[in-house]
Amino acid sequence: MSLPLVVLLPFLGAIVVPFFAQGGRTAIAIASSVPALIALAALFPHWPALSSGGVVLHSYEWLPTLGLSFSFRLDGLALLFALLILIIGVLIILYAHYYLKAHENVAKFYSLLLCFKGSMLGIVLSGNLLLMLIFWELTSLTSFLLISFWTHKQNARRGARMALAITGGGGLALMAGILLIGNIAGSFELDAVLAAGDQIKAHALYPVALTLVLLGAFTKSAQFPFHFWLPHAMEAPTPVSAYLHSATMVKAGIFLMARLYPALAGTEQWFYMVSFTGLATLLLGAWVAMFKHDLKGLLAHSTVSHLGLITLLFGMGTKMAAVAALFHVINHATFKASLFMAAGIIDHETGTRDMRRINGLWRYMPHTATLAMVAASSMAGVPLLNGFLSKEMFFAESLELNLPGLWAWVPPIAATLAGIFAVAYSARFVHDVFFNGKPVDLPHFPPHEPPRYMKIPVEILVFACVMVGVFPAISVGPLLFAAASATLGSSTPDYQLAVMHGLNLPLLMSFTAFLGGLFMYSQRKRLFAFHDRFREIDEKAIFEAVVSWFVNLAGRFTRRIENGSLQRYAMLLMVSVIAVAALPLAEAGFYVGENGLSAFDWPTATAAGVLIISALATAFWHRERFYALVLLSVVGLIVALGFARFSAPDLAMTQLSVEVVTIVLLMLALYYMPSWTPMESTRAQRIRDVVIALTAGTGMTLVTLAMLTQSFSSISDFFLQNSKPGGGGTNVVNVILVDFRGFDTLGEITVLAIAALGIYAMLKNTDLPAPPGDGLGRVWARDQYPLMLTQIARPMLPLALMVSAYIFLRGHNVPGGGFIAGLITSVALILQYIASGMIWTEDRIPIRYHNVIGLGLLFAVIAGAGSLAFGYPFLTSAFGYINWPVVGKFEVASALIFDLGVYLAVVGATLLALVSIGRLSPYSFAKSKKEGA
Amino acid sequence: MELLFALVIGALTTSGVYLLLRARTFPVIMGLTMLSYGVNLFLFSTGRLATGQQPVIGTASSYTDPLPQALVLTAIVIGFAMTAFLVVLALRNLSDNGGDHVDERPDTVSPPSKQQREQEATRK
Repeated sequence: MSLPLVVLLPFLGAIVVPFFAQGGRTAIAIASSVPALIALAALFPHWPALSSGGVVLHSYEWLPTLGLSFSFRLDGLALLFALLILIIGVLIILYAHYYLKAHENVAKFYSLLLCFKGSMLGIVLSGNLLLMLIFWELTSLTSFLLISFWTHKQNARRGARMALAITGGGGLALMAGILLIGNIAGSFELDAVLAAGDQIKAHALYPVALTLVLLGAFTKSAQFPFHFWLPHAMEAPTPVSAYLHSATMVKAGIFLMARLYPALAGTEQWFYMVSFTGLATLLLGAWVAMFKHDLKGLLAHSTVSHLGLITLLFGMGTKMAAVAALFHVINHATFKASLFMAAGIIDHETGTRDMRRINGLWRYMPHTATLAMVAASSMAGVPLLNGFLSKEMFFAESLELNLPGLWAWVPPIAATLAGIFAVAYSARFVHDVFFNGKPVDLPHFPPHEPPRYMKIPVEILVFACVMVGVFPAISVGPLLFAAASATLGSSTPDYQLAVMHGLNLPLLMSFTAFLGGLFMYSQRKRLFAFHDRFREIDEKAIFEAVVSWFVNLAGRFTRRIENGSLQRYAMLLMVSVIAVAALPLAEAGFYVGENGLSAFDWPTATAAGVLIISALATAFWHRERFYALVLLSVVGLIVALGFARFSAPDLAMTQLSVEVVTIVLLMLALYYMPSWTPMESTRAQRIRDVVIALTAGTGMTLVTLAMLTQSFSSISDFFLQNSKPGGGGTNVVNVILVDFRGFDTLGEITVLAIAALGIYAMLKNTDLPAPPGDGLGRVWARDQYPLMLTQIARPMLPLALMVSAYIFLRGHNVPGGGFIAGLITSVALILQYIASGMIWTEDRIPIRYHNVIGLGLLFAVIAGAGSLAFGYPFLTSAFGYINWPVVGKFEVASALIFDLGVYLAVVGATLLALVSIGRLSPYSFAKSKKEGA
Repeated sequence: MELLFALVIGALTTSGVYLLLRARTFPVIMGLTMLSYGVNLFLFSTGRLATGQQPVIGTASSYTDPLPQALVLTAIVIGFAMTAFLVVLALRNLSDNGGDHVDERPDTVSPPSKQQREQEATRK
């Protein structure tokens, strides 16, 4: 349990910490440190197991089918990084407490910092590669928020965006790489992947997987050519820079290489890709660092350079090189974090970071100066400091590489050259800032020492630099060994951490680097003049240009596809549907199934012919809307007859009544709308649409033909057998609706109700004056409601209601039921509205149809819930028989109540929709009001 | 019989799709209605074409598949609800934008062209 806790605690802290904002800055800083302190305490008991090369694994299943588990794994390597993250994290919190100004949102800062810390811990402690990937992306997101903490600065926002784009893009590559690795190894669990190293390296896809994983690592660790995001991320508050660029964010890529070292390293591809990238980054970063006038800019580029150094060491592939790389991770984290903090103090006290203005600070802040000078010396590789030890190991390893011929000279020379640069920029950091004359035009003058406690984190880190430098074997020896054996496995070399290894070639190289660096710094004026002759490459401008080019491209593409015309979308949608359907159907080909075609009879054929002609004529004459509507109703009518012809009496009755309501609805719409459609499309467009329509129609014909002539098996035997004994009714369709599939029906009448209420809501408070004529210059007839219709409609109502009651009651056994009865009632009521007008009818039927819908749904739910009371599942139906006088034996089923709900919902929804539309025009409403009065 | 039925569905689809691609709301609504006839018939026919085998127990010696019928029955009713909803959308479009073009162009309905008037006259 303790490992997930270590990762989750910072996230919990991020939620809790803002509540301490009331208690003041000190309270919130203390609260933010608590998660890290608990986590340290939780990790400590594991040390005995880890020091002997053991592994602690806490695993919980999450999504086992995807290979994703909630598993955490602690070994020496993870411990090394976790300790760096936690310890430096606490120091950063203390430092930030003094760094942030009073008006800044401290709660947000600490919250984000804790989220970031949790994500980093997640990366190093994940025992599952997919889980690690999640945390990897989380660090990209949280670091984006941290870098852009000062949201009012444009440069901060741009720098953050660049960091997110680069590291996020690398994250995508890493995801692909990890999926490949997981596929090859057969598992995403780290143990399984590390054990499958030989299998992965022998696989044909190994180069692809390696490239993708390294892309992830290189972007995160700011390796050439992705290094440029790191200097631009310096717009962040200094505590963020100190944390992200010393111990955490950029070390994630390094960690990934160390973590997957057993699975991926040791091949030629690994050697060339990793070592050359590292070498290029090492030299480039060191060279650029020389010429930066911005204090943080210098540190940023030296960070790039040191990351290159670590990468190069991993790339070399020798076992001692890997040890040196891990050692340098510790050393770089300590001296670089303290240097960033010192730079932040100087910025804080002087108001600027420009080294051309900051000079001679030794007189004003000797304490800070001393600390910074020690840390800078460690960065330069001065003996008795930790930087010296790992650099010495690096020099030794550069000599060990057995490259053929003249190539053997490249690594040592490059290493010495990098050493010279490192000494030169470190010397500049010390000399230019603390000596070299007097300060020039400082915003805050005179500068003085920062608050006492602001220096404590720096002191602790500098102390660590010295301790490791003087007593390496005692201070970090065991931890480093545990980490190295986690990376290298059982073949960890036997090595000695000592301050001096005697007079040898690496020492000579150090000596050369030292003298060369000091000489180079003394000649800086000439170097600067030389450097100024070249135009500086502005990576940010290039990056922004590339991004805006892509945005433009995407915009143009989108505008092409999405031009705002729904008509066009409908066409594209139709074409896509046809294309998607055509592919699999083309494979099946055209065929008539094994049952063959049955003979047709002439009446049916005649009706089908009329239907086909009417359907095509509707499309042909669609611009004359009224005629088209008449033709459409012919189609609907024949469809209803077709249902009756092919053994579906229920469907025929439903279709018939729906048809009436639909045509009334469309007639009503036509009252408000123009009665003709203008010719707008070109001939070419019409031909195109005809082709699309014919393709769709032909396709449907072929599919239908193929389907109808095949045998099939159905689940319906169950319904046919159980309809009477189980559902108590002989009309199987109705029993399915109200009993077997009652839940579906409940959903469907709910949709019906929602649609009706939506119509009501959309038309409420809408005014749509009806046009006075049909748009062709003819005025509507101003007759009263037709006398004949009125006289016939009124006696029709009770008759129709009785018919619908009959249809409703018999529905369970013979064709009928709630849907059909509801539609018949609706038609009868609508007829009254048509015949006698809105006002007359509303005066006599004072029903709010909303309530009818509500009542219907209520009945349906009660009928369903009733069975719950008797301990049966929802919507179980019960039935019995009673004897009615005259009618005879009559069946009563609880499904009848459900069907009553359906009936009421249908009536309410249909009438609410139609009456809402009928009420729309104040003109017609007022007219009928006058007549009604 | 199967060929006839397939041709009917094809004609309904053709007409429906063509109307669906028109620029004014009313033909689109008609197209959708037409298309839903076709779809309903297609779904219904997954139970195959049977004569005199209505699924009412005791009325025939064998019964056709009742399940597609139950599905299509609700589909017809919901199809009506959706048609009504679309009509109302079109009316709102008319009310808010003053036109019945699907692309919400704020153009009012232009008066019929001379040619259309003539057509109208000859038809009478």
